[in-house]
Amino acid sequence: MALLEVTDLDVRFYTEEGVVRAVDGLSYEIERGERLGVVGESGAGKTVAGLAVLGLIDAPGRIEGGEVRFKGEDLLSASDERLREVRGGEIGMVFQDPEEALDPVYTVGEQVAETIRAQTDLAESAIRERAVETLDRVGVPDPRERYGDYPHQFSGGMQQRVVLATALACDPDLLVADEPTTALDVTIEAGILELLDDLADEYDLAVQFVSHDLGVVAETCDRVVVMYAGRAVERAPVEDLYYDPKHPYTAGLMASVPRLGADRDRLPTLPGSMPDLVDVPPGCRFHPRCPFAEEACTKREPPLVDASETAADARADSHQAACLAYTGDLSGDLDFEVEVRE
Amino acid sequence: MTLRRYVVKRALLTIPILFGVSVLTFALVKLLPGSAVDYILQFQDATPALRARLAEQYHLDDPVWVQYLLWLRDALTLQFGESLISDRSVSAAVVGRLPETLALGALGLVVALAVGIPAGVVAAVRKGDLADEASRVVALLGIATPNFWLGMLLILVFGVYLNVARVIPPLAPVYAPESLRFLLLPAVTLGTASAALLMRLTRSSMLEQLNEGYVRAARARGLSERTVIVKHVLRNSLSAVVTVIALQIAFLVDGAVVVEQVFSWPGIGRLLVQAIHQRDFPVVQAVVLLIATAVVLANLLADVVYSVLDPRIRY
Repeated sequence: MALLEVTDLDVRFYTEEGVVRAVDGLSYEIERGERLGVVGESGAGKTVAGLAVLGLIDAPGRIEGGEVRFKGEDLLSASDERLREVRGGEIGMVFQDPEEALDPVYTVGEQVAETIRAQTDLAESAIRERAVETLDRVGVPDPRERYGDYPHQFSGGMQQRVVLATALACDPDLLVADEPTTALDVTIEAGILELLDDLADEYDLAVQFVSHDLGVVAETCDRVVVMYAGRAVERAPVEDLYYDPKHPYTAGLMASVPRLGADRDRLPTLPGSMPDLVDVPPGCRFHPRCPFAEEACTKREPPLVDASETAADARADSHQAACLAYTGDLSGDLDFEVEVRE
Repeated sequence: MTLRRYVVKRALLTIPILFGVSVLTFALVKLLPGSAVDYILQFQDATPALRARLAEQYHLDDPVWVQYLLWLRDALTLQFGESLISDRSVSAAVVGRLPETLALGALGLVVALAVGIPAGVVAAVRKGDLADEASRVVALLGIATPNFWLGMLLILVFGVYLNVARVIPPLAPVYAPESLRFLLLPAVTLGTASAALLMRLTRSSMLEQLNEGYVRAARARGLSERTVIVKHVLRNSLSAVVTVIALQIAFLVDGAVVVEQVFSWPGIGRLLVQAIHQRDFPVVQAVVLLIATAVVLANLLADVVYSVLDPRIRY
């Protein structure tokens, strides 16, 4: 049994423009200690998928179907009380903008401490001690002195360390990290990623790492789910995905990663933009932007199927893609090539 | 900047404001048409000798700025001379009425806070519910109802029809239980509009804060909804509300003048109205100066509380 099993997750937002199907039939699982990257453009549903795990979808959004099983327990039918135990206790969450995630009127120490207070029956002095230890663990220098400082007295990178401390104070088994370095400077980003790496190793922490940055995911994660318009279009171990992408969208995404010393004048981009989630295209959602699209793509929605070329790779979760090319419904071939430069 | 330095700096800033207040208060009476001697004499006939003596006693022949400085010197030592009507010292008259007004104002503020803030929190948390809609209507009525009319209505309903409240203030000291019981209706009258305003303000401030990222982050840490709302959202919302509470203190003083009149409550407000009718200008000056000073100090207090509530506000 995997640590987290998400099956057919369906999250909709009921807006005035119509029903936004933010996450539509998403399935994935995370093993203990495993790091899963969830990548895609903005609006692909990555963040919503992360929030749904913790039951943090606010109105007008609703989880309309599917299952979220954590250690075998169905979190979608769990009581509010049980959910509160899970949040911060067994699953921690880190947000994109640390400045927003911290309450400006409480000290950083208090915000770490209140997580511990909510989850344990420790005495106030023990809570404080543990909060100081956690701040130390995430690399806040002089944690005892800085315990009483307010968030605005910290730099962005330090604030994100504090947010990490609030998430990790109760030793969770899973960390949902929602673009944890997007709001930070590149130099700071490296430090946070390294810290995340170390902490995950040290505490056998599983991570659901949400990001739009393929480079960051390549360095951080074991496996990757690529999302497009609310659906998973490709799932693979990180190396397979990068060396041998199976879905045209993934290939397009990677072609648009700028490379140092690339002998091209222009940054290649995927033509068009992601469809409006109120009114998704029929068939494969990617077909309007796909250079290989055929008639069939506008009619049939491709399931996520095994896309491995060799039988040895064809283990259940090894490499899957949602493209009609792998169901035999396409007359042509996906003739993109992957050029690996060392 | 430390909190203490901020408070000291902010307190020093009130000095020029209070100076301006004193100039205006003094000038107010100087702007009265006619001769000051006539007011002192209450427009009774008097011999030229008496008029000359009064003019000298009140320094009326000196240049205006000298008169101001003399008045300021007396005001700083709380000597406002004698009332033109009762021959009592002005300070004694004002101080004698102070407890009544403080009691009324404090109770009015309690009503405003005790009703306005919790109602605002509930309306924000239940946005769009029946409770929210109902509170919106009640608040609108509360703001739109003139306090003198509300006061009379309350007297009519509770004092006359239901006969559960006294209509005439008891001759007991303010702190006596029967006085406090009597003060209930005036306090409700005084606090209603403020309660309504604070409720709407708390609601909108809470709704704004509920959209902040720290709310979701706090929930993601497993805090109970009560902790999230009261400890985080309300605390952040209060920074905005506190400023208005201070302004409401000025509004309450203003309201007290009317409400004391309606309920025959012998406070500063009634003293002021009587003094104006009787052209007892030393009393008018003293009361106006007192009220203005109270408003300035309330604003100072608001700034200090604001900076305690929000650590980012310490310039």
